[in-house]
Amino acid sequence: MTTAPTPVPAPAAADPSGGPGAVAAGPSAPPPAAPAPAARARRPRGGPWLTALPLLAFFAVGFGLPAIAIATGAFTLSSDAEAGAGTFSTANLTDSVQGAYWTALLSSVKLSALTALIGTVVGLPLAQAVVTSRFRAVREAVLTASGVLANFGGLPLAFAFVATLGNAGEITKLFHLTDHGWTLYGFTGLSIAYLYFLVPLMVLTITPALDGLRRQWREAAANNRATALQYWRHVALPILLPSLLGGYVLLFGSAFAAYATAAAMVGATVPLISRSIADALSGNVLVGQGNLALALSLDMIVVAVLVMAVYLPLQRRSARWLS
Amino acid sequence: MAQLTPRALAGRRPRLWRGTVLLVAGLYFLVPMAASVWFSIDNPGGGIRFDAYTGLLGAPGFTDALLLTLELAAATVVVLLVLLVPALIAARLGTPRMRAVLEVVCTLPLVVPPVAFTAGVIGVLRWGPDHLMDTPFFQTIVFIQQPEFPLVLVIAYVLMSLPLAYRALDSGLRAVDVRTLVEAARSCGASWPRAVLTVVLPNLRGALLNAAFLTLALVLGEFTAASILGYQPFAVWVYSVGNSQGQMSVAVSVLSLLITWVLLLLLAAAGRERRPAPAQS
Repeated sequence: MTTAPTPVPAPAAADPSGGPGAVAAGPSAPPPAAPAPAARARRPRGGPWLTALPLLAFFAVGFGLPAIAIATGAFTLSSDAEAGAGTFSTANLTDSVQGAYWTALLSSVKLSALTALIGTVVGLPLAQAVVTSRFRAVREAVLTASGVLANFGGLPLAFAFVATLGNAGEITKLFHLTDHGWTLYGFTGLSIAYLYFLVPLMVLTITPALDGLRRQWREAAANNRATALQYWRHVALPILLPSLLGGYVLLFGSAFAAYATAAAMVGATVPLISRSIADALSGNVLVGQGNLALALSLDMIVVAVLVMAVYLPLQRRSARWLS
Repeated sequence: MAQLTPRALAGRRPRLWRGTVLLVAGLYFLVPMAASVWFSIDNPGGGIRFDAYTGLLGAPGFTDALLLTLELAAATVVVLLVLLVPALIAARLGTPRMRAVLEVVCTLPLVVPPVAFTAGVIGVLRWGPDHLMDTPFFQTIVFIQQPEFPLVLVIAYVLMSLPLAYRALDSGLRAVDVRTLVEAARSCGASWPRAVLTVVLPNLRGALLNAAFLTLALVLGEFTAASILGYQPFAVWVYSVGNSQGQMSVAVSVLSLLITWVLLLLLAAAGRERRPAPAQS
């Protein structure tokens, strides 16, 4: 919004200094030869790739090695296996999609899909209310709060909800919720807690898209005697769809990857894949399943990759729309 | 005229609807905060006491855990910026292909959830005793796991915050014409380090602060990797306290929310300070 106008003055300001673009190359390359030497003079010695080398090397070691460890470990029998330790096997992967582990994976996907859906459905009207508000203060306050709350995951979130809606929580005591069968330590409670950071995340994600909706489109629809409902159904929602889907997928990913909140709040009552991995890593597995954690990680990455494969093209598409 | 009336109504209705939405959202988001504050100061015997806050400093392990976390956060921010900023500036001057490669590299960690990444890290660390006993790599693996300052956590945190920091820096760089700035500085005779340090970086102040803040927030609250790898920075300490002293853990949650809030407001203030400058030029 505010960044868009800034590039405009820059070329305009460059013009009076000399003339068209060729001037920039003038001082550095006196012979009117090719643009290649000029381009080389512009860069640091050794080229830009050399400057990025530390980052790429760090990435290759810090990220590449664990990735290799997962990929190879998931397909080899662990060292505590009775026979054939270190040999190729798909036993880990088959174990990881069976029984309790499969339940945990399904439960994770279900929780993430549901909370992301609610987060999207709730976040859109909230963002719309903020965008169309006449008071700048409302907008600033909600967006700042969203920035804070979207980062407010993990343990503090769990403790805040235990203090509010847990068995000894203030709201529980105030309304005697336990008498009505309320418990925070289950699927519903966890969903309510997750929404506390998912809705702000949705508001942050969708606000730029809503800002991109032109007032003229609404006026044009109104001039054609479209009702507000028709405007939303035939104009606004189709334009917002890529951003909405992208936001949904982002929310899904965040909920899917979350671990600390569930670990601190519900313990083992809601089976989740992230907790299964942590359990398996702390040695809580059957004999011979030492590499099961890596296979479970691979399952989780596969789901996340599928999610990102949807998200990235959508995000690019909505970005093109809004610019 | 008859057609104007429904439109006028349509214009009025959303205002009421907007108020309702904001009210409901406000309730949902404010009630847990208020309840947490109340929970942390509510004395079971009656009255209000701030024991949970005052007792925090004296709690066993508090200072150690907090110091460890702050050291980890500082190291992570420094390593991340030193690696990322030169690479991204160079990418702006370089070919589009390089920019695409960096984008992929910096987005990939998003695909691997922290738990899965930690599992992979443990997998690598196990190679030490399993295969590398007699090589210098074994010493390295022992070195990065030392309990006083676990470098392995810094490495993990840098990679986890890479996507966030990349987004923040990239959007900052997009608003600045790096190529023109560097060319201008170079034709005035500035050396490369000087052109980057005194011309490009000041223009990126907001983006740098933003990236640093996001990284800081991530490291301060990170629980997954630290707890699974068996270290005790702040978040893990809070978890262990939460089992015995509920009030204190809620007090810490309230404080952590406040700290995040203050950091973000400071950041917004710093960002606003810069705004008018480009507008005048």
